Amino acid sequence: MRRSTGLLLVTALGLSATACGSGESPQPAASGGAANVSITVACQPAKTAPNDRKAWDEDVAAFMKAHPGVTVKSTDQQPCFDPKTFGPKLAGGQMETVFVVPMTNYDDVIAQGQALDITQYTGSVKNWNDLRADHRELLTKDGKVYGVPNVHYSVGLVYNRALFTKAGLDPNTPPKTWAEVREAAKKIAGLGAGYVGYGEYSGGNTGGWHFTQALYGRGGSVLTDDGKKAAFNSPEGKAVLQTLHDMRWVDNSMGSKLLVGWESLMMAMGSGKVGMMLGAPDVVTDVVTKFKGNVDDYGITGFPEAKASLSGGEAYMINPKATPEQAKAGMEWIDFRFNTVGKGRFDFARGKAIGNPVGVPDNAVYGDSPTGKALQEERVKNASLPVENYQTYVDAAAIVPPKAEPPHAQELYAILDVPMSGVLSRKDASVDELLANAETKANAMLAAKG
Amino acid sequence: MRILRRNLTAYGFLCVALFCFTVFAWYPMVREFVLSFQRTDLINPPEWVGLDNFKAAVADPAFGEAWLNTLEFTALALLCGYAVPFVVALVLNELRHARAYLRFVVYLPVMLPPIVAVLLFRWFYDPGPGLFNQILDFLHLPPLAWLDSSSTALISLVIVSTWMNMGSATLIYLAALQNIPPELYEAAELDGAGIFKRIRHVTIPQTRLILLLMLMLQIVATMQVFIEPYMLTGGGPENATVSVVYLMYQFAFSQMNYGQAGALGMMLMLALLVFAAFQLRTTREDQA
Repeated sequence: MRRSTGLLLVTALGLSATACGSGESPQPAASGGAANVSITVACQPAKTAPNDRKAWDEDVAAFMKAHPGVTVKSTDQQPCFDPKTFGPKLAGGQMETVFVVPMTNYDDVIAQGQALDITQYTGSVKNWNDLRADHRELLTKDGKVYGVPNVHYSVGLVYNRALFTKAGLDPNTPPKTWAEVREAAKKIAGLGAGYVGYGEYSGGNTGGWHFTQALYGRGGSVLTDDGKKAAFNSPEGKAVLQTLHDMRWVDNSMGSKLLVGWESLMMAMGSGKVGMMLGAPDVVTDVVTKFKGNVDDYGITGFPEAKASLSGGEAYMINPKATPEQAKAGMEWIDFRFNTVGKGRFDFARGKAIGNPVGVPDNAVYGDSPTGKALQEERVKNASLPVENYQTYVDAAAIVPPKAEPPHAQELYAILDVPMSGVLSRKDASVDELLANAETKANAMLAAKG
Repeated sequence: MRILRRNLTAYGFLCVALFCFTVFAWYPMVREFVLSFQRTDLINPPEWVGLDNFKAAVADPAFGEAWLNTLEFTALALLCGYAVPFVVALVLNELRHARAYLRFVVYLPVMLPPIVAVLLFRWFYDPGPGLFNQILDFLHLPPLAWLDSSSTALISLVIVSTWMNMGSATLIYLAALQNIPPELYEAAELDGAGIFKRIRHVTIPQTRLILLLMLMLQIVATMQVFIEPYMLTGGGPENATVSVVYLMYQFAFSQMNYGQAGALGMMLMLALLVFAAFQLRTTREDQA
């Protein structure tokens, strides 16, 4: 008897282990008839944002009612796109039918065949031709379209208006040049211990990312036009590092802590003790909604002395394993939820009613097209935030040309983290030496990549 | 047949253990070996690329720094993580009071989830209000940059690692110490041996096998350091804390280059296998 129990236990354990190791494949509903189809969609808001989640669920119900036979299942993984799980999820059949990809990863995802060619379905997005042409171009390879642009922004200077006032600066005339940024940062840091005039990243690839933002702003390039050699060891690149070095060590306006990873600077900004940082308008939204910043305190203005701006954003893509019916339903969902004025995410009236920050110009995906103008009107009409705090950014963004990320962006950002952390951690750091070393490494990497 | 039936439960347990090892340890190792010779996006059929992944891994700008940092971390972690627990175990073994309590205190960090322990140290190391700089300030000593300087970042990670892992090592040493027959110490004392002579001529020879085993285990474990640089420094500043496993992580999950990550993993496994074989051989020769 005891032996049988042991054997039973062993069998049960074995079966549990087998169950733990198995994965669940996505199954199209296909319960007869072409109209019956089941899709999974990413980016449902988390349970910690109950109002947003409720709004999402209402949209899902409305979509299913308007599209009989289509079943929509939502997933709420946060963040929606996680490079760590992206490949394994696709390989394991766990990837949603409709998923989001940040601009940084477009090239990799498309080159590796991880997104469906949706050229034949673009007609499902009724405002397709109003979406920014330059962004659509980033999602088009060899004449085939692989994604629907969802968010587009350019980089500006996010600043804390309350700290400006406290430091005797006028928040309505934010800095326009790097010399003015330095002066303002010094005054804010002079408020006392713990105040940081200007915050900047230095590691986890965010240092290289922000170096690229600053470099583009000054008119420099990361790579040569043919993409085969590094081009950041230039007067513009040196100016970026020298300014940071001097602000950190001469002005003492950047605090003493290295900021590694996206959250670190956002958290510092949300604490209300950091005066300025480079960032897009979504920084304001995130600082307010995720890092408890006071919404009235934050403004955004154009990039100082901007000659170009690193484009940022995201796009929705379709799982390459999706059936034609799933792909069509997925595109209809993208159109319904993300591309209809007054509906889904662009239902600003509902957003305001449920307490969302409305008014930040955090998405220029429709540019100044008719749809873009209609959206801006709706946004301003329902604004719950002081839109005048963002006007200088809106004015500047309209005239600064956008510039895409370089190829092999993540590898280059990892290399460029080194000079960024160098100037921010060592008083005796040599800008020339740091850039020369990084250039050698980047050229070796580019040569190896062919 | 009778013998087989009598041992049926044992075979059952053995099968489950073998199954688990096969699925969760051996298969991934074989898969990684295969992956290191392929270029794959995990969607399309993989392409055989010979030694290209190995060449690309070696050509990566951070490859040399990662190995040097890992070796330096291992050496420092061994210096602290090997000697400190042994000394703590010796002290605990000699104590007559509050033994159980102190054993619990020493083991406590092991029970903390590593992520919590690491985040705790992030606050300790904060250059502003951090605990360590507050202590230095109290002692009228200048503050240190800890994680924010390429000269102190690696040793800062060693301190975290030692704190997190010394509990287990201490308990193992303690168990070994308690197995030493007390007559040996009594005889040594009668011969006039002091405490250091007793440690040198009784304690160390009697615990030699455990010491050698722990040496191997600790080197294998510390060569795979990942969570400390991942959570605390992101490999910086200036690549001062990039480790081999952290670089593997970057290859796989930042650059989506699974084959190159696999190739680097194979290199690390090979290095550890060579070391383990050498160590086992030396131990065997010692015993003979």
